[in-house]
Amino acid sequence: MTWVFDNLDLIWSLTLDHLRQSVIPIVLGFVIAIPVGWAAWRYTTLRGPVLTTIGLLYTIPSLGLFALLAAAGVPLISETNLIVALTIYGVAIMTRSVTDGLESVDPATRDAAIAVGYGPWRRFWTVDLPLSGPVLLAGLRVTATSTISLATVGVLIGQSNLGYLFTNGFQRRIVPEILAGVVAVVVIALIVDLLLVLAGRIAMPWMPRRTQTRSERSAARARLAGGVA
Amino acid sequence: MNVFAEAFAWIFSPDRLTGSLPLPLAVWQHLAFTFGSVAIAAVIAIPLGWLIGHTGRGREIAVALSGAARALPSLGLVVLLVLLLGVVHKTEAAVVAFVLLAIPSILAGAYAGFEAIDRTVIDAGRAVGMTEWQVLWKVEVPLGLPLLIGGLRSATLQVVATVTIAAYVGLGGLGFFIIQGIQIRSFPQILGASLIVVALALALDGLFALLQRFVVPRGVAGRGARRPRERSGAPTAAAAAATS
Repeated sequence: MTWVFDNLDLIWSLTLDHLRQSVIPIVLGFVIAIPVGWAAWRYTTLRGPVLTTIGLLYTIPSLGLFALLAAAGVPLISETNLIVALTIYGVAIMTRSVTDGLESVDPATRDAAIAVGYGPWRRFWTVDLPLSGPVLLAGLRVTATSTISLATVGVLIGQSNLGYLFTNGFQRRIVPEILAGVVAVVVIALIVDLLLVLAGRIAMPWMPRRTQTRSERSAARARLAGGVA
Repeated sequence: MNVFAEAFAWIFSPDRLTGSLPLPLAVWQHLAFTFGSVAIAAVIAIPLGWLIGHTGRGREIAVALSGAARALPSLGLVVLLVLLLGVVHKTEAAVVAFVLLAIPSILAGAYAGFEAIDRTVIDAGRAVGMTEWQVLWKVEVPLGLPLLIGGLRSATLQVVATVTIAAYVGLGGLGFFIIQGIQIRSFPQILGASLIVVALALALDGLFALLQRFVVPRGVAGRGARRPRERSGAPTAAAAAATS
């Protein structure tokens, strides 16, 4: 514990780096996944190939992805590389959630919107997307947690974040340092997860709370799908 | 595309068969760590998952566990266990870490497989006089297999990726070349080893996709394909895992 109290400044500054490196990919992944997921949902011929490709992206081990991105022109030892890689994983998780979410909207509701004269654009933003909310939220929670935990790998390509506590602690044989890093990552993931749930409650007060919904099933599916480290 | 040419030159160079870590040995180490850890995790997680799925007890704990596990940074877990168990036992420590990381996916696959079964099917089993044991082995286990394989697939991919990272503690495997390559700034070596890791992950993914297709009991496969969305959770999840 003494190590932790002596190094609170270091932990705090690494936490800020860590947050920056994970929040950007989480947001980018979400934003990119919406059009991709929509296209996969709207055009059935696209769905198979898009979801398969996206699934394959998620199977690529992170160290391998860093190298592939470097081969594509992103500097290997750079924060950009980490952020782009994490964004790709985020898109991989979120695209399926977007497709599942749109699929979960009752077709009768969509027909009703068409009947009262909603055009495709307005219908998407005011009917389809909000009603996909619970499934999107479930996917976003999975994305956020895994991105925050995965970001630590960035230390292996020279990026300073909470992963630094693992490599530095290992080299200097300081167990509390590593433990502090693990706990900090888990706590941050937990806080971000709670914030997302809270935001969901505020944005979607109509969302069912306790019953097992489609969103939970989707979350279970996201949990089962692939696994990167 | 010159970088890829150099990477392939690195892979197929005769030097890869000699030196402190020949490439085929690294591939073998990588596979041995992966399959060994997943096998140990399976022995622990499958019976536990089936118990949860069959009795319906402890589901919340299992869900919370798999959620928390996702937040656990794998690099941190590996270095922590290696320091705790001592560097002399780093292989054992790393395997413990891999097993811990593989358990949640397999557990989830095992109990989700049971949960996805239509309750009336299980009740039908009881109605024709099956014992609990028969219900388990003749109804739940075969019908739950596709999702269980899905769980094993996720666990395997997670471990393949983690073994790569674990080269940081000097465990060997394909990650050794990547981490050493970063230190000595040899991009052909980094990319070459990465291409092998990626190919390995994709091959294992494909293998499990095939396996998943084969383990679907006859009579279930046809129906599942015709009405994939009807019982929502189960068949779609299986289909999702199969395409992912």
